[in-house]
Amino acid sequence: MDRKYKFILQCAAFMATLMSCIVFAAPLGLPPVPIPPDNPITPEKVELGDKLFHDKRFSSTGEVSCANCHDRAKGFSDALPVSEGINKLKGTRNAPTVINAVYLKTQFWDGREPTLESQSAQPFINPVEMGLQNHDPILKIVQNDPEYLKLFERAFGKSGSEVTMVEVEQALATFERTLIGGNSPFDRYFYGGDKTAMSPAAIRGLDVFINQGRCVSCHVIEQTQALFTDNRFHMIGVAAHQMPKDLGELSAAVEHVRQKGADIAVLSDPKTSSLGRYAVTRDLTEIGAFKTPTLRNIELSAPYMHDGSIETLEEVVIFYNNGGRVNETDPVPELLSGGIRPLNLTDEQQSDLVEFLKALTSPEFARQ
Amino acid sequence: MKIDRRTFLKTAGTALVGSALPVSLVKVAFGAADSARDFTFGYISDAHIQYIKGKDFVRNWDMGLKRSIMEANLLSPRPDFFMFGGDLAQLGMKEELDHGLDIMSSLRGEVHYVIGEHDYYLDLGEYWQEKIGPLYYSFDHKGVHFVVLNSILTYDGWTHKDWDSPMDRMKAMARLDNPEGSPFMVGEEQIAWLRKDLEKVNKGTPLCVFSHSPLQKIFKGWNFWTEDAEKVQALLKPFRKATVIYGHVHQVQYNQIGNITFHAVMATAWPWPYPESYRQAASCLPKLTVHMNRADPFFERDATGWQYINVMDGKAAMHYQLPDNENRSVVYNHRTGYPEDAKYQDYADRVPPQKHY
Repeated sequence: MDRKYKFILQCAAFMATLMSCIVFAAPLGLPPVPIPPDNPITPEKVELGDKLFHDKRFSSTGEVSCANCHDRAKGFSDALPVSEGINKLKGTRNAPTVINAVYLKTQFWDGREPTLESQSAQPFINPVEMGLQNHDPILKIVQNDPEYLKLFERAFGKSGSEVTMVEVEQALATFERTLIGGNSPFDRYFYGGDKTAMSPAAIRGLDVFINQGRCVSCHVIEQTQALFTDNRFHMIGVAAHQMPKDLGELSAAVEHVRQKGADIAVLSDPKTSSLGRYAVTRDLTEIGAFKTPTLRNIELSAPYMHDGSIETLEEVVIFYNNGGRVNETDPVPELLSGGIRPLNLTDEQQSDLVEFLKALTSPEFARQ
Repeated sequence: MKIDRRTFLKTAGTALVGSALPVSLVKVAFGAADSARDFTFGYISDAHIQYIKGKDFVRNWDMGLKRSIMEANLLSPRPDFFMFGGDLAQLGMKEELDHGLDIMSSLRGEVHYVIGEHDYYLDLGEYWQEKIGPLYYSFDHKGVHFVVLNSILTYDGWTHKDWDSPMDRMKAMARLDNPEGSPFMVGEEQIAWLRKDLEKVNKGTPLCVFSHSPLQKIFKGWNFWTEDAEKVQALLKPFRKATVIYGHVHQVQYNQIGNITFHAVMATAWPWPYPESYRQAASCLPKLTVHMNRADPFFERDATGWQYINVMDGKAAMHYQLPDNENRSVVYNHRTGYPEDAKYQDYADRVPPQKHY
């Protein structure tokens, strides 16, 4: 074999090994992965978290794991408008992708949990998700299953009754911290200097994204990195018709949250869900405001918006072009964020914008 | 003492913000002896509804007013009444006042109106009086005496000079830094009325005066100014608890002059910068005021808003509702004798504002 060819093969093998391992360094276009000091990333913890993430026994029916709604093959989402948990029970919100969730300052659409760790414990005990009464069934499994005894010992130096939900949450969060995706055609074009990485239409779409489309003001692109989110909460007009119309309805929704807790209340009723950030902060200026999601890998996670009410990227662009309305004739919601207004984009600008959004897909997560 | 004061303010701020929860059920305990007399009212101001043509009005200003009304309608427990602080219209036109009143009609609760210069200088308040009511008046509520003044009058010579048209006069008064402009004033006739109105009020009765312009002198170039402010202040001086609340400046401002506490309210239309950032003329912005952070112009509502006001022991606690910005509470501290921001008053707690515009 030609020596040069052999060398290339060796390099390729080395690269493949690297790719299959945990990617600690951030890919092109993303900042370093924030890692909490009390939960460093180790390969053992990632392996454990991966297994926990896919374990269907952590649901009341034994049929639902985290991966049901956060499926690698579907961009770590579920391709449904709103997620389905045990017994096909429906929630009220679209499953957000786990890819790059590590960079978000709060978790869930309303930011009701501050970290990946604290977020990970909630779906197990939500009646429309994994349906457990409490976390005891999980502990019973991880404290007794021979495979978990081994994995927890390796990851935390603990096994049996020493294992608590803290370790379960830390392992899940650690696995999720490895699900990062940059290096998209946009990244190679914008940060990598490869002017051929995006199509001419996508390049025109980037201009619309930054200028007339006003997208960049919330879906942030910076000089050295792009998270495509401002980590803030905005009322952009989605599901405005669901929102409480008067004080009576608002009080009822708040009472619902007070009695059931935010996690259960917002996923069980569209009206309570429509409170958005308000359910967490009770700040009148945040009624109906939801977290800006990242746009990375957006092509993989249709349908869109917090309630999955818009099917395609083309329709999402029309929604924004209409100033936060599905149809131009729909009423303008009173509480609409001041950043949302009609954009007057031409058909070509709108299709260019969609092309740009499709250039945000990371190769390792792209559909094969 | 410092820690005590801060603890007091933070507790006061938190408890009051709690009253915004629409859990009609939150009991707000002020701990005051006659807390039965404490109450809340809402304050919306400076909507600047602007007519374009046909049926078109400036969308941004419409949205600001509608948003504040929607929020105010969701406030619980319900405020006892609302104030509108002036500048409902941009150029005093009937179309603007009608459209503004149409939007205001969705506000649930009794509303008292203060007139602003943008409502006045086209027809000198004629249509306002026909549709809304008198330009100055007083009323009593739960032991507090409220006075509404028309503070945006000016010298007769200016008002009645040889204008090409009433709209010329309106536009001249609306213009900032107008070298041909004229300062606001309350005027002798109204001051005489105020003297008489206050004569019958016990000096221990809490007094609250609403005006459009500040009844103090801050910045002349933008008419953050009332020419005869001292004369009005002199009439308020005998009252043990006097508060002045004004619009016009579109920003958080507060001050204490002797016994009189001053608070500004937000605009629903747009924010003004602080005059300190603008060096062409002397600015006397009260030292007490902790600036708001600069608005992000992308978010049209940033640094606009409205407020609900708790009256506790006869003094105002301002709660600024600021979408896309951080809500603020400015609470009168009976111990220090002046209003303080519940969170940022101490220098150590402040976030340095951006001052370039």
